[in-house]
Amino acid sequence: MPFVKPANLGKYDVIVVGSGAAGGQTAYTLAMEGARVLMIEAGRRYSPESETPMFHAPHQAPLRGTSTPEKPFGFHDATVDGGWQVPGEPYVNASEDDAGRFDWWRARMLGGRTNHWGRYSFRNGPYDFKPKGRDGLGFDWPLGYQELAPYYDKVEMLIGVYGANDGLENTPDSSPGCLLPPPKPRVSDLLVAHRAKRLGIPVVAGHRAVLTQALDHRNLPRKLHPGNANAQAVLAEHMQRRAACFWATPCGRGCSVGANYQSTTVHLPPALATGKLDILVSAMVHEVTLGREGRASGVRFVDKTTGTTGEARARAVCLAASACETVRILLNSKGVRHPEGLANSSGKLGRYLMDTVGTSVQGQVPLLEALPPHNEDGASGGHLYAPWWLYGEQLRGKLGFARGYHIEFQGGRTMPSMRTVSGLEWLTGGSYGRKFKEDARRYYGSMVNFDGRGEMIPNEHSWCEIDPAVKDRWGIPVLRFHWQWSEHETRQAAHMQKTFAAIIEAMGGRVRGEVLADGAKAIAPGGSIIHEVGGAIMGDDPRGSVTNGYGQAWDVPNLFVTDGATFPSNADKNPTLTIMALAWRSADHILERMRRREL
Amino acid sequence: MRIDRRTTIQWMLAAAAALRFAPGLGYAGAQAAESPAAAVPGYGTDPDLMRLYQPGDVWPLTMSAAERRTAAALGDLVVPADADSPSASEVGVVEFLDEWISAPYPVQQADRRTVSWGLQWLDDEAQRRFRRGFAALATDEMTAICDEICFLPRAPEGLEAAATFFARFRDLLAGGYYTSPAGMRAIRYVGNVVLPRFDGPPPDVLRRVGLLEGGDEGPR
Repeated sequence: MPFVKPANLGKYDVIVVGSGAAGGQTAYTLAMEGARVLMIEAGRRYSPESETPMFHAPHQAPLRGTSTPEKPFGFHDATVDGGWQVPGEPYVNASEDDAGRFDWWRARMLGGRTNHWGRYSFRNGPYDFKPKGRDGLGFDWPLGYQELAPYYDKVEMLIGVYGANDGLENTPDSSPGCLLPPPKPRVSDLLVAHRAKRLGIPVVAGHRAVLTQALDHRNLPRKLHPGNANAQAVLAEHMQRRAACFWATPCGRGCSVGANYQSTTVHLPPALATGKLDILVSAMVHEVTLGREGRASGVRFVDKTTGTTGEARARAVCLAASACETVRILLNSKGVRHPEGLANSSGKLGRYLMDTVGTSVQGQVPLLEALPPHNEDGASGGHLYAPWWLYGEQLRGKLGFARGYHIEFQGGRTMPSMRTVSGLEWLTGGSYGRKFKEDARRYYGSMVNFDGRGEMIPNEHSWCEIDPAVKDRWGIPVLRFHWQWSEHETRQAAHMQKTFAAIIEAMGGRVRGEVLADGAKAIAPGGSIIHEVGGAIMGDDPRGSVTNGYGQAWDVPNLFVTDGATFPSNADKNPTLTIMALAWRSADHILERMRRREL
Repeated sequence: MRIDRRTTIQWMLAAAAALRFAPGLGYAGAQAAESPAAAVPGYGTDPDLMRLYQPGDVWPLTMSAAERRTAAALGDLVVPADADSPSASEVGVVEFLDEWISAPYPVQQADRRTVSWGLQWLDDEAQRRFRRGFAALATDEMTAICDEICFLPRAPEGLEAAATFFARFRDLLAGGYYTSPAGMRAIRYVGNVVLPRFDGPPPDVLRRVGLLEGGDEGPR
């Protein structure tokens, strides 16, 4: 089965709305295990094999590839028809104050944001599933690390993640054979590690979904699909099509040879090859339809190519449209018996939106100046990172904020961009002429950027609802966002600033600009780190949550949420790997229930 | 990715401020209301990423001949040719600057105002001091002007705007230059090529940084 049109939809077991990390994984697991799946994606079809500008240089792009409103991560970034503003698809912020704003990233394309993401792939640790039990704040998950660990293993084996097992607190090791070897550190990585250690900050191999070597196509398919010869054969064949990283071209452009994870090169091709998956693109789902006994009968969508409405039907519906879009679909699915939206008997739909706390500091390090030229492209993202290290101090209340962060950092002689030789006056005193050319050579490669990625605790003031007036270009009511950081987040951002400055100084370097002591000034606006989760949180109690631990809506037994909307907390660990692990687990549960004829 | 996000967030803050009072208005609508010069379309949200672009391919170039002359002269003063690498104008940076300030996006529209004003100021200043346009000045005459505006914190009173222009011009120029093939060679960028293995830094690099010995203290 292939890409289909609204007019020739077939008979399906499951509809999956969305095609990114959640939709890709959900559809993959279901189709590989024999379920008939219809995937519906709001954006256009997208083929990384033919559309990825792999070796294009900045001078071959308009404006040297710099970010613009139409290509927010740069011209050659994989994202098309996406960004914080999408033409014709507005949203509303209840507050006009920057601190109360949430900016909503969308990527309307097959594979969604997995085409361009940073590929950071961290596991939540045991504490991260029971945060309330640890410090009394937020919510516990209805499952623990041990229940998700086998699925983390599976996802890592399927998509390919480099990293190492370091045995650190709340930073789980993977099972043997799951991780690929990490890339060798760059010189700036080694210097950061060396000096951060003096400050008691551990620096270890990063975890990113990049193939540092080819996947083991002989053994992995058996582990991933035991007893399923067809799935094993399909996957083995497909794994051989993915090449190992050749240490060039930024991952954010996507990868035409499949050396990193994106749904369009990893999840969708084998799922399509089973013949069990149909994909409908350019179709904007806006409503889940109900049939007998309050069960979901399918979805209603706008065919964006014609502007007409269509319907698809299946035995079960999985929403994997990204946290806020999934919430929007449910809120817009109003009925006589559920005027406040579907699956919202708890009143919690749209509540507890979270993003990641982010702030950055850049330093210039004389030791790294004018080093002998060598190729530092590597795996394009971070080779090392620093997991959160102050669990004990934090628990004893010594930090003034309750949850941790990790540090992503990168220096080195990256491919020059518009930013590479800009704003150097603080180092050069305003040189121009030959001196400026010498300065450019001298300072190139001597900058190190530190990015904090920290946990936000869910709060009552960060949520979304349907705006009473504004509709998008298809007439679909849009979201209105409310946002507020708590002091746990702003103090954490201030701690990041201080820590990064300390590392830079320990490297003998100088901080560029001001170290921000006021966390409210340091913290990136809500939505800007693009780790938004929550809005349809899972829990043990139907009165306080929207779904159970399998993402199954309490109110609608054949309706599942398999994206980040179900997260009851947002650990510092980037959410994508956990989204995929949860989606695989949900899909297994759906398959099991279907086998038992419960769905 | 990591570096771009910072730019992106800065842009986002600016764009959101511009859009704040126009909910439901598309980006193009808000822009058109703000600046008539931004009326030309951009490349859209789904441009052909595989195509190789030249300045002028997507939106028309708009610099006047006089602006180009001054930009070339100033560009070659800031990034002159030397034994190692060519000058800014030799690698097409003036065309790039023209592309930049002719673009319909908010950052570029703001730069258009800065750069057009600054190039005119330079010419006026050259006329005032030497009775010739900037491009016709001898190098020491050019530096007499530019030494005063090359570093904002030391700019004489009254020349702050000129110094702000100079800083922005230098950044744009260096951006255009060091992303060109010749500029990448000049800065000693040796990547964007297929490697069979990634070996990390060579020993002489580690030695320079003091990390070759002391492996006991360093990380894996």
